[in-house]
Amino acid sequence: MEPNALAGIRTNPLFVALVRRRRRFVACLTAATLLPYFAFIYVAGFMPEVLAARFSAASIVTIGWPISVVLIVGAWLLTGLYIRRANGEFDELTAKILAGEQ
Amino acid sequence: MNRTSQFLIISVLLGWATAASAAPGALEAVEKQPINLTAIAMFLVFVVATLGITYWAASKTKSMEDFYTAGGGITGFQNGLALAGDYMSAAALLGLTSMIFFNGYDGMIYAISFFVAWPLLLFLFAERIRNLGRVTIADIAAYRLDQNRIRTLMAFGSLTVVCFYLVVQMVGAGQLIQLLFGLPYNYAVIVVGLLMAIYVTFGGMVATTWVQIIKAVLLLFGGTFLATLALAQFGFSLNTLFEQVVATHQSGSAVLLPSKLVSDPVAMISLSIGLVFGTAGLPHILMRFFTVPDAKQARKSVFVATGFIGFFFLVVAVLGMAAIVIVGKNPAFFEAGQLGGKLIGGGNMPVMHLAKALGGDLMLGFLSAIAFATILAVVAGLTMAGTSAISHDLYVMVVKKRHADVASERRVSRIASVCIGVVAVALGILFKEQNIAFLVALTFGVAASVNFPILALSMYWKGLTTRGALIGGAAGLVSSVSLVILSPAVWVKILGNTDAVFPFDYPAIISMNLAFLFAWLGSITDRSYRAKRERDDFENQFVRAQTGLGASGAVSH
Repeated sequence: MEPNALAGIRTNPLFVALVRRRRRFVACLTAATLLPYFAFIYVAGFMPEVLAARFSAASIVTIGWPISVVLIVGAWLLTGLYIRRANGEFDELTAKILAGEQ
Repeated sequence: MNRTSQFLIISVLLGWATAASAAPGALEAVEKQPINLTAIAMFLVFVVATLGITYWAASKTKSMEDFYTAGGGITGFQNGLALAGDYMSAAALLGLTSMIFFNGYDGMIYAISFFVAWPLLLFLFAERIRNLGRVTIADIAAYRLDQNRIRTLMAFGSLTVVCFYLVVQMVGAGQLIQLLFGLPYNYAVIVVGLLMAIYVTFGGMVATTWVQIIKAVLLLFGGTFLATLALAQFGFSLNTLFEQVVATHQSGSAVLLPSKLVSDPVAMISLSIGLVFGTAGLPHILMRFFTVPDAKQARKSVFVATGFIGFFFLVVAVLGMAAIVIVGKNPAFFEAGQLGGKLIGGGNMPVMHLAKALGGDLMLGFLSAIAFATILAVVAGLTMAGTSAISHDLYVMVVKKRHADVASERRVSRIASVCIGVVAVALGILFKEQNIAFLVALTFGVAASVNFPILALSMYWKGLTTRGALIGGAAGLVSSVSLVILSPAVWVKILGNTDAVFPFDYPAIISMNLAFLFAWLGSITDRSYRAKRERDDFENQFVRAQTGLGASGAVSH
């Protein structure tokens, strides 16, 4: 029974839409995680003086510290963004597909 | 700072490795300290509590599914805490703070590198793994490929990772206990081996999960509490803290910036590839996704884990910076009272000294007990992964061809967990005096070059065939092991040659790509009937990975 159900889903336009949307979303999020990270590593390796700028005139804290906090918190927020859309849009589509809607 | 000392630091961060200090290039023996009764008492409370949980978990573990995956009944939040507990090792607490203590901003760069794996694990792996697997990661690759050969390969990949990582943890545990509790090394290793075997044998995944959850909560609580005490010393002003750090640290204002540590970007990229994709291939992390009921809870697990791990790393940054001022100015923490000299107890001790300075013996004892509890939780998770690879993959699926009865499977799982405990204790004692830093590179190298490529290709590439997976997995295994042997950590440090044949300590940049290349080559040249069927089966696997259809339901076999 299962292979037939699976075969039916494969051609379901809703399934095709789900796959396409999720793929694009995941690609964006992955890029949004990796590009800043490797850019950061590149700057830290080749242009460390960029990170030496002061956070503000009155502060001794260099810009590198808030940037690393932003990298960590930002990556975490991206996981939240993914869950938001997956729990809403993607799960609704999946439920429709499993219920046999076209 | 040269690559070798950089490697030692990474090893200490990841897994404790040797008595390697985070101070540049220094290798020092760990000295036994006076017996620390507070720490031992607090640790005993933890042990009694976890044994109580194991007793309770044993009554809840009826089927094999309960044993392997806690019956899929762990919630996303609980599993997130347990995942964080698996990843936030004692080494992260001690190693990262000491890295910041000695090298300032460089420690922050490493913290970020350790962190990046987690969002990717969510975007690319978590849901699909939950939808396709039931007990072990071999289930995923074996979905459409040849059961026997793929399971055998994946089970050996998992067992290799588990064993290397266990040895690292055991040696770390032994040294930590000598240092913090004042007990002999061998006793410590035996206690760890005994406890982990008890948790897994009697309590299975339920007990293992709760040990990890309790430990994660203790670690987060202890770290945050200490960071709050530390910040209070600076009037809760980061600016004041940073001003004093610059005034205290021998590098002056350079401590706030990256040093030469990351001057070799290729080495850094090889390291981050090893960390990111190695994490995505660690069997004890991945199998946690089978303990939740569905993809939604799997997602939530990673969100929760990522939040806690990120928070913990930020806390660690505060601890390290505060230690520069508070520990760095106090001669009581340096050998012979020599400020800027060797730290008492070795380079991994800044956070422990900080605890003592801020909260006295009670805080020191508390943090010591947490550090030891942390090791116990990680080894229990590893043992669970190794046990299921043996009893589920090798015994039931390969040897008995799915025709094993539950009683014999149960018996094999018990024997397996006890054997893993014995092997871990034996290797822990055997490697006592050895430089085992390279084992961390091996662990992550094999995870990134065998487990990860096969899992990723089987889920994402229609063309993968059994032949391709076997050839690719073998290429990844052989190349990662041989590159580690040719690396500075083994070729120069252990074998005593002058120059390393392979310049980097982390092999993943080469070995992972070789694994992908050979898996691809082996697959596209495969013209057999079976290969065609395996490619055709991809569509069904893909639907299940995307929708979870057929993923829920009992795992009876």
